[in-house]
Amino acid sequence: MVNTSVQLSTMHLDNPVIPASGTFGFGYEFAELYDINVLGSISMKGTTREPRFGNPTPRIAECTAGLINSVGLQNPGIDKVIEHEIPELSKYYTKPVIANISGFAIDEYVECCEKADKVDKIGMIELNISCPNVHNGGMSFGTSAESAYEVTKAVRAVTSKPLFVKLTPNAPSIAEIAVACEKAGADGVSLINTLLGMRIDLKTRKPVIANVKGGFSGPAVFPVALRMVYEVYEAVNIPIMGMGGVSSAADVIEMMLAGATAVQVGAANLKDPYACKNIIDELPIEMAKLGIENLSDIIGGAH
Amino acid sequence: MKKSLFEIVSNIGIAKSVWKMVLRGDTSDITKPGQFINIELDGFYLRRPISVCDVNGDEVTIIYKAVGKGTEYMATLQPGVKLDVLSGLGNGFDVAACGDAPVLLGGGAGSAPMYLLAKELIKAGKKPSVIIGFNSAEDSYLEEDFKALGLDDVYTTTVDGTKGIKGFVTNAFEHLAVKPDYHYICGPEVMMKVVYDALECDGQYSFEERMGCGFGACMGCSCETKYGNKRICRDGPVLVKEEIIW
Repeated sequence: MVNTSVQLSTMHLDNPVIPASGTFGFGYEFAELYDINVLGSISMKGTTREPRFGNPTPRIAECTAGLINSVGLQNPGIDKVIEHEIPELSKYYTKPVIANISGFAIDEYVECCEKADKVDKIGMIELNISCPNVHNGGMSFGTSAESAYEVTKAVRAVTSKPLFVKLTPNAPSIAEIAVACEKAGADGVSLINTLLGMRIDLKTRKPVIANVKGGFSGPAVFPVALRMVYEVYEAVNIPIMGMGGVSSAADVIEMMLAGATAVQVGAANLKDPYACKNIIDELPIEMAKLGIENLSDIIGGAH
Repeated sequence: MKKSLFEIVSNIGIAKSVWKMVLRGDTSDITKPGQFINIELDGFYLRRPISVCDVNGDEVTIIYKAVGKGTEYMATLQPGVKLDVLSGLGNGFDVAACGDAPVLLGGGAGSAPMYLLAKELIKAGKKPSVIIGFNSAEDSYLEEDFKALGLDDVYTTTVDGTKGIKGFVTNAFEHLAVKPDYHYICGPEVMMKVVYDALECDGQYSFEERMGCGFGACMGCSCETKYGNKRICRDGPVLVKEEIIW
């Protein structure tokens, strides 16, 4: 018998597999298909202080081994998430969840996190300082070490829950940003968010995405994500949630060898709603094949 | 929603760049006309959402236009090939909402879902009339299939006048035997807007949008309605007339 459990800050996870924010809604659609209690945890749909519709459509473009999205943080707002979405999700999911919080100004992040801090079901806050979709938005926080430090510090002051900061790969040095977040009191970092990309429709000769650019994710970005997790692992002493194109149990193991304590699965959920379940089912088999008894033993094993 | 393998029974061209594919598999989650299936294709990251044209026992018929690399690849697939399919997606049309004389309006590829809708309406004891519009005779299909259901108020319109009534679906209104008391429509948005403005009666409109997942998780295909934000794939693709914001 192999042991797939990991300790992620104060959260004990049965396995390190977590659906990534924005690819799993609030879980109901998937609960129709399988018992979502198999998941290590769930990173809920990115939430802001006010309800948001997001960007104009089209906001999806297919790519080779991936897709671009420019959803732009559509969500019902933190109050509705706490009053309605979390109780609904709790009907299907008994474990603690991760609240993914976004904002456009420090006071918005702080207000959302103050509210999230009071919710028992929330086991961790994941601060999205990296969404590339919103003009004058999260982008600026995640691309400068000073602003990443500032927002992390401000949120740290209002929550005692484990605080992970989700980093953008569209920064000059992601390791530098990770170090700034660690200094500001983050309990961990999540990486990577999507890479900025675009597609052009050959018939109309115009960008496919209404907003021109969007976030690129999927298996194509896996090697980039892996390299960044590897670099950040060398730069900080806090745990890492690794993500970016993870689509199989082998990818999970590779991400953990690079330095991830837990692994999020994003785009794969959109292609196959059973992706997370299949990865969780494959994980013990893949571990046995590779002679891994305790999954947590391999974290950072490639260094 | 169900994920299962469907086997291709047939896949034939029925009009210019238009293909009709019959798939055999577990159709139990397809419960209403106007729903769609989402098909995984080798070498393409996202699935292809295609509306259901007909269901007979364990066979589902789809009609699709080969307009991009994915659908062009679909057109090359031979009988016997198995496809990974998410079935029973979308809210579908509500057949109980109409009176005895609804009109069904299809534009191009949007004509396909009108077929199962016509069958269900007939089953419910109603007598729909049908208007389907195309650019040209070579693009048109389905008219004979509607007539074979026993419907006689069936019209094809073509923009260039090479088949049926010249013009748009609205040009066929004056030919209808009975004034419609309700309408169901699926087609290009410009066509649906023209009909929205032309018909006073209530109706249901089936929309299309670029989708990520097709089952409500990614919020890629959302739209704003008078009843709040809706995901075309999950809360749609069918919206009632009164909630639409153009």
